[in-house]
Amino acid sequence: MDKFTKLTAPALPVDQPNVDTDQLAPARFLRRPRGDGYADVLFHDLRKAEGGHIVDDPRFAGAGIVVADRNFGGGSSREQAVWSLVDAGFRCVIASSFGDIFYANSAKHGLLTIRLDNAVCKALRDALHATPGAEMTVDLDAQTIVAPDGEVISFEIEPSRRKRLLQGLDDIDLTLTHDAAIGAFEAEYSRRKPWLELN
Amino acid sequence: MSDPKTIIDKIWEEHEILRDEGGTSLLYVSRHLAHDGSIHAFTFLEERGLTPRRPDRIFATPDHGTPTVSHDMADLTDPDQRRVVTALAANAKRHGFTHFGLGDRRQGIVHVVGPEQGISQPGLVIVCGDSHTSTHGGVGALAFGIGASEVMHVLATQTLWIKKPRTMRITIDGERPAGVTAKDIVLSIIAHIGANGGAGHAIEYAGSLIRSLDVEERLTVCNMSIEAGARSGMIAPDETTFEYLKGKPFAPGPEHWEAAVESWRALRTDEGAVFDREVRLDASQLTPMVTWGNSPEDALPITGRVPDPAQAKDDITRDAILRTLDYMGLTPGMALTDVTVDQVFIGSCTNSRIEDLRAAAAVAGRGRAVVPAMVSPGSSTVKAQAEAEGLDRIFRDAGFEWRESGCSMCVGMNGDLVASGKRCASTTNRNFRGRQGQGSRTHLMSPAMAAAAALTGRLSDVRDLG
Repeated sequence: MDKFTKLTAPALPVDQPNVDTDQLAPARFLRRPRGDGYADVLFHDLRKAEGGHIVDDPRFAGAGIVVADRNFGGGSSREQAVWSLVDAGFRCVIASSFGDIFYANSAKHGLLTIRLDNAVCKALRDALHATPGAEMTVDLDAQTIVAPDGEVISFEIEPSRRKRLLQGLDDIDLTLTHDAAIGAFEAEYSRRKPWLELN
Repeated sequence: MSDPKTIIDKIWEEHEILRDEGGTSLLYVSRHLAHDGSIHAFTFLEERGLTPRRPDRIFATPDHGTPTVSHDMADLTDPDQRRVVTALAANAKRHGFTHFGLGDRRQGIVHVVGPEQGISQPGLVIVCGDSHTSTHGGVGALAFGIGASEVMHVLATQTLWIKKPRTMRITIDGERPAGVTAKDIVLSIIAHIGANGGAGHAIEYAGSLIRSLDVEERLTVCNMSIEAGARSGMIAPDETTFEYLKGKPFAPGPEHWEAAVESWRALRTDEGAVFDREVRLDASQLTPMVTWGNSPEDALPITGRVPDPAQAKDDITRDAILRTLDYMGLTPGMALTDVTVDQVFIGSCTNSRIEDLRAAAAVAGRGRAVVPAMVSPGSSTVKAQAEAEGLDRIFRDAGFEWRESGCSMCVGMNGDLVASGKRCASTTNRNFRGRQGQGSRTHLMSPAMAAAAALTGRLSDVRDLG
């Protein structure tokens, strides 16, 4: 897993609420092998539609942070929604709420997802629209965000999640260190629910 | 006596192997469901040189990309579809897990197949690389969708790192009004709490109305928990559940049945248990619903009108409504029953079980479709049952297409698509932009309402058909 420690980058304001997984990664691209890359899949159909999408606005070129509204990444379990963001160069999404599965998937690829109050997200987006290309800094160790105007905003994150991101820990390697505990649990579980054993 | 517990607490405790210092649990997975879309996880596993820890706990069937015109492998000509369907079968053979392939009568949408085969049972932790895994909460399982990396983790270890969700109870007491189906109940819930209202929570649905639902209806309600933002939603098992499961192929056999039922009876929220959030809805206020927008929370009574952005509560909402109306091709204030549709789809893990097809056929039999309408049964078993009952004949006589089972037009990965700018009355679960195909316009509703829309060519109140 990729580490996340500290990032300073231009930030992209995405004003719409309910940016769902199907906008982040339309279904017809989901069978593409991971190694082929997903950068062009991100917001694919919105980018092709009349008016385009802000992600292609040259004033926000090189953005590494998304500041969104509520329910970002709601919908499907497709991890391709995260791959699309990461492959397009984004390492952090700030929103007032996230789809739960998207939130879980994001950390597996070093994409830091931060929840802030909706009013704070709105103020950040307004500042980014006023000064396109403005940089923000996200410091996971200190759990702070530096807004375009220099204001420092603190954020909360679950301790286990923070540790995994800071150290780039691999879940499977970690879990395999508990192999004995899993084995013991499993034996007891099979004894308790014998009807789950297939003949 | 120990503290009163919710059913969610009880299942969690029974499956928690350990909890790390940060409060994240290592949870044991009872049963893992897989489908053709799980291909990435199997590829990752292979790349790491790992193999499934417990193949006997994996159950798979192709659904997302399977054609509905024919289930004959020779007709599976799309190279991408062929690759993923073939890969699932190859993985099943290689690792030795249960697989209901194309041509097998037990094949179907994985969330229809799990309960139908008795694989899904009360008190289990069930995961699958699909967000509608919440469906299995309808039989009293704690079930939730996971992404490809987590699927790989479950394959390798039969466990998952996950923080215990907060708990929410949604209680609906009272009698069900005429014309109201499980779909209308869950759309009402989503409209009430919002598409993200259940985020971070596991839901228990309770109350006399919920308790009166049969298992298929419960599966529909739990299925759309994720559309309310909750990764899982469940209904405590009871006699209705036990009766449903008894005798199913993978349910406990006669030698274990009594012990299993005894353990299942303990799976109920204790008197006095505290939920993090409580929501109550009044059954008498429920009514047939349709969606008008691009989020499942955009649901209104069929007697309602398209929202007017001028009455929005703030700028963001006004902008969102304007964008939605533009995409959906709707005019503010128009009556929903004046919205004409181009086609109808009846199917998906939300509404493709036998009772859904009976309800749709009961309406279809009263007229003739004036727009293209398609029915895709939730499994090959459901299809056979429907044909034995003559439902296929009713649909065909009314001008509906009768297809094979699969996810079909709900996600459009198998080529069953709604064309750009076309409007579909659909029994599926998501009305997102482009969900049924680029530029598609989706209105969600119950099977009876979708069948009614096929006969009239517009969104229709099923109660008006007489």
